[in-house]
Amino acid sequence: MTLVGLYVPGGSLLHRCPAGAKLAGLAVLVVVVLQLRTPAQVGLAALVVLLGFLVARVPGRVAIAQVRPLLWLGLAIGAWQLVLTGWERAVVVVGQLVVAVALAGLVTVTTRTSDLLDVLESVLRPLRRFGVDGTRVALVLALTVRAVPVLVRLAAEVRDAHRARGVVAGPRAFAVPLLVRTLRHADALGEALVARGLDD
Amino acid sequence: MILLERVTHRFGERTVLRDVSAALPERRVGVVGDNGSGKSTLARLLNGLVVPTAGRVLVDGLDTRQHGREIRRKVGFVFTDPDAQIVMPTVAEDVAFGLRRSGLPRPEVRARVHAALTAYGLADRADHPAYLLSGGEKQLLALASVLVTEPALLVCDEPTTLLDRRNAQRVVALLHELPQQVVLVTHHLDLLAGFERVLVLEDGRLVDDGPPEPVLAAYRERVG
Repeated sequence: MTLVGLYVPGGSLLHRCPAGAKLAGLAVLVVVVLQLRTPAQVGLAALVVLLGFLVARVPGRVAIAQVRPLLWLGLAIGAWQLVLTGWERAVVVVGQLVVAVALAGLVTVTTRTSDLLDVLESVLRPLRRFGVDGTRVALVLALTVRAVPVLVRLAAEVRDAHRARGVVAGPRAFAVPLLVRTLRHADALGEALVARGLDD
Repeated sequence: MILLERVTHRFGERTVLRDVSAALPERRVGVVGDNGSGKSTLARLLNGLVVPTAGRVLVDGLDTRQHGREIRRKVGFVFTDPDAQIVMPTVAEDVAFGLRRSGLPRPEVRARVHAALTAYGLADRADHPAYLLSGGEKQLLALASVLVTEPALLVCDEPTTLLDRRNAQRVVALLHELPQQVVLVTHHLDLLAGFERVLVLEDGRLVDDGPPEPVLAAYRERVG
C-alpha cells in the first residue's frame, strides 16, 4: 500500500526551510489561491506548485499520489459546477481544490513529521494555561500517523485468516476480529509507551 | 542488581507467579518456561510495568512499587512485537523519541540518534517510514530506540519469537556485546549459550535456577 503524505528525504531548498515557515506559507498561499477568479490565474498557481515539486525533486509518482484521492471528488464537483455555472467556474473551483491540496502535499513530503509536531507543540504552548498539553497532542498525532499502516496490516491478517479457512467473510466476521486485534494492539502500545518513559 | 522477594502475582482469579524469590547480580540472565508459565509477567515486574500482588521487586535498591518512573529510566524494555513498540512514523524519529525529554541540545540528540542507527545497521534507513522495514529491521529499531537512552539494565520479552533464525541470531549477537545487564526471556533455548544464569518457570513457580548447560538440559528433558 502507499501512504499519502509521508516525508520524502531530500536536501532541497524546500526541505531545508524551517517547518514553521512552510506551514505559515501554506496558510497564506491557500488563502491567496481561494481568491483566484479566472482559469488563467489558477493555471499560473498550478504552474507555481508544479515548480515547487520540481525544486524539491519529489518523484512524479509521489507528487501525483498527493492529489489522486481528489479524483472522484474533483470530477463530481466539476460536473456540478459545469451544470450550475459554466465551464470557467468549474475549472476555477476544481483547480483551486487541486492546487490547495497539492500545496499541502508539498509541505508534508518535504517536512519530517517530528518537525511538524514540534511546530504544533510550540503553537499550542500558550494553551497550556487552559490545560492543553501540546506535547501530548503532538504525540497523539504521531501515533495516529504510525497507526495507519499497523491497522492495514491487522486487517490483512484477518482477511488472510478467513481465506486460509476458505471462508468468505461478511462485514461482521471481518469487523469483530479486527476490533479485537486493534484493542490488543492498543494495550501493547500503551505498555510500550509507559516502558519508554511517557509518564515522566 | 535485581532482587525478587517472595513475589506473587494474580490477574483476577488467576495466579501467574507464586512465591518467586531470586537475587540476580549476573550480567546475563535467561528466563525460560512454557506459554503461560509467568515469564512475561516476571519480565514486566523488572521495570514496574507490573507491580506484584504480594512481595516486592527491587532494582538497584529501589522498590518498583514506589519508584516506577525512576526504575523505568534505568530499565530498557524490548517487547516481542516491534510494531507495538515503534511509536513514531519514521526510523530516526522513533529513536529520537526516547531522548525527547532528556534535555539534551538538538545537535547532541541528532548525533546520538545517528550513532545508534549506525551501530544497528539502520543508518541508511534513517528517514524511512517504519512500516517499510522488515521484521528483523523493526526489532533492531526497537532495540536501538531503547538503547539510545543508555539504560543500566535491558529486559527483553521474547524479542526473537517473530524473527527468522538469521535475524534472531543477529539480535542476540547484539545483546551479547552490550555492556548492560541483560535479562532475556525466550523460547529459543540455544540463544542462551554463554549466559551466566538461567531461570526456569513452570506454572508461576521458579522450578530451576543455575548455569545454562545443566538447567537447559534438564528443561529439554522435562518438556520432551
